[in-house]
Amino acid sequence: MSRYWTQRLGFALLGLITLAVVVPILLVIGVIVVEGMGALSWEFLTAMPFDGMKQGGIFPALVGTLLLTLGTALVAIPIGVGGTVYLAEYARDTWVTRSIRLAIVNLAGIPSIVYGLFGLGMFVLFLKMGTSILAGALTLSIMTLPVIISTAEEALRAVPTEFRTVSASLGGSRWQGIRYIILPQALPGIITGVILGLLRAAGETAPILFTVAAFFLPRLPQSPFDQTMALPYHLYVISTQVPGMPFKVQYGTALVLLGLVLSMNVVATVIRSYFRRRRQW
Amino acid sequence: MVDPKIQIDNVSYAYGQRWVLHKVTLDIPPNSTTVFLGPAGGGKTSLLRLINRLNDLVEGTRMTGRILLDGKDVYGSDIHVPKLRRRVGMVFALPLPLPGTLRDNVLYGPKLAGIRDRSRLEEILERCLRQAALWEEVKDRVDHPAVALSGGQQQRLCIARSLAMEPEVLLLDEPTSGLDPISTRKVEESLFELKQQYTIVIVPHSIQQAARIADQAAFFLMGDLVEYSPGKELFTRPRAKKTEDYVTGRFG
Repeated sequence: MSRYWTQRLGFALLGLITLAVVVPILLVIGVIVVEGMGALSWEFLTAMPFDGMKQGGIFPALVGTLLLTLGTALVAIPIGVGGTVYLAEYARDTWVTRSIRLAIVNLAGIPSIVYGLFGLGMFVLFLKMGTSILAGALTLSIMTLPVIISTAEEALRAVPTEFRTVSASLGGSRWQGIRYIILPQALPGIITGVILGLLRAAGETAPILFTVAAFFLPRLPQSPFDQTMALPYHLYVISTQVPGMPFKVQYGTALVLLGLVLSMNVVATVIRSYFRRRRQW
Repeated sequence: MVDPKIQIDNVSYAYGQRWVLHKVTLDIPPNSTTVFLGPAGGGKTSLLRLINRLNDLVEGTRMTGRILLDGKDVYGSDIHVPKLRRRVGMVFALPLPLPGTLRDNVLYGPKLAGIRDRSRLEEILERCLRQAALWEEVKDRVDHPAVALSGGQQQRLCIARSLAMEPEVLLLDEPTSGLDPISTRKVEESLFELKQQYTIVIVPHSIQQAARIADQAAFFLMGDLVEYSPGKELFTRPRAKKTEDYVTGRFG
């Protein structure tokens, strides 16, 4: 076989492999969109569920997921970014910092159900928060931290060392260099990490299973110590725990969850490209 | 004889186990240009960066001996390092504008030092760009991105940026290594103006440049100070054989 045909064959194979990656994703999205569109309506988004959740809408679950994501952001962003700045800019390379890094890498690989059980033991029972938005958001935060820290650290390290040297040579303290030069330059990468982490938090079921999620609670939470419904858990419940649930409602709920996650993703991409365009090195 | 501005007293310096300076002692007088010359790896840049403590940022290094600025040990416990670096400015071999506009670059130091007054900042901006012989070329675009400047302009911007803190000493590490001859001449001319007010210590990028600008010259070889002479003596009547070989181009 000639080289030309070998190359053609190679390209064809690689193309097929790419298709094999893309097709399942398109199928998942396509099926959910087609089957779920019919369920979507203003009422579906803004009404309380009733009749064993077969009727009405998903309002409390939607609000619950938004609140949980917001709570996670409030806890995970300051701790994650602050910790990363310390690790990447201040900490010297000692066995302590090396074990912290090792711990972070390992945290990223822990199954989400383990986070759920940890949250149950730590926040719900030991710290007596009960099943509450607070306990759920804290659990989700711990799960999100490794994602934020590892992407943010990479973003900080990508900023050339020379900027730090120049800033110092102009009488800048280490913090001033970080505040005025390094962080602004690393911002797109940090934002990407934060949103990736929050996306994962918004879509997870296992960590909220024991810490916050209510099976059926047709009212909005009143305080951080309340339980709440949440979209991923609601989807799990109506798909497996309620007999006779109309397909339409299941697909509709999946579509809303998917839409929420995808739109956050789009926002992240837009913010990132905005900051990229302003970057000058 | 005037008091020296900088006294380098028996300084040795090592990265890890590798010593790059051996017991260097020399006095640098004020309001003049002192050049550190010699082949690469001689420890010139390291010595330069020791004066304003920039090597504090490098991990795993060791220094012995003392460096005095106006008779005070810059490694003393009562020294506020950012303040020291405002008194001892530095220009690097590669021009590296900070992100942002020309104005952002020049005013970075003064703003960090807490200067907020607008008219004062404007005054600093113009004065420093003039001192660095850049004002006429860029006065209409001080709010443009600094990276849009040519290499030569960027380097003069970096000089202006260092001058903005009104330092007493200006350290320059091969400031013209990446520049064309015309830009180089402009930078050298502005250095000549500047030494009336400042103490300049420079690692030149060629022997010819060293000979053009030196008021006194120190020749470094493999971490040793071989010879330190006033005026043009080092280039015309070198005392050491190695110096002669180097300045006449027998090695380098």
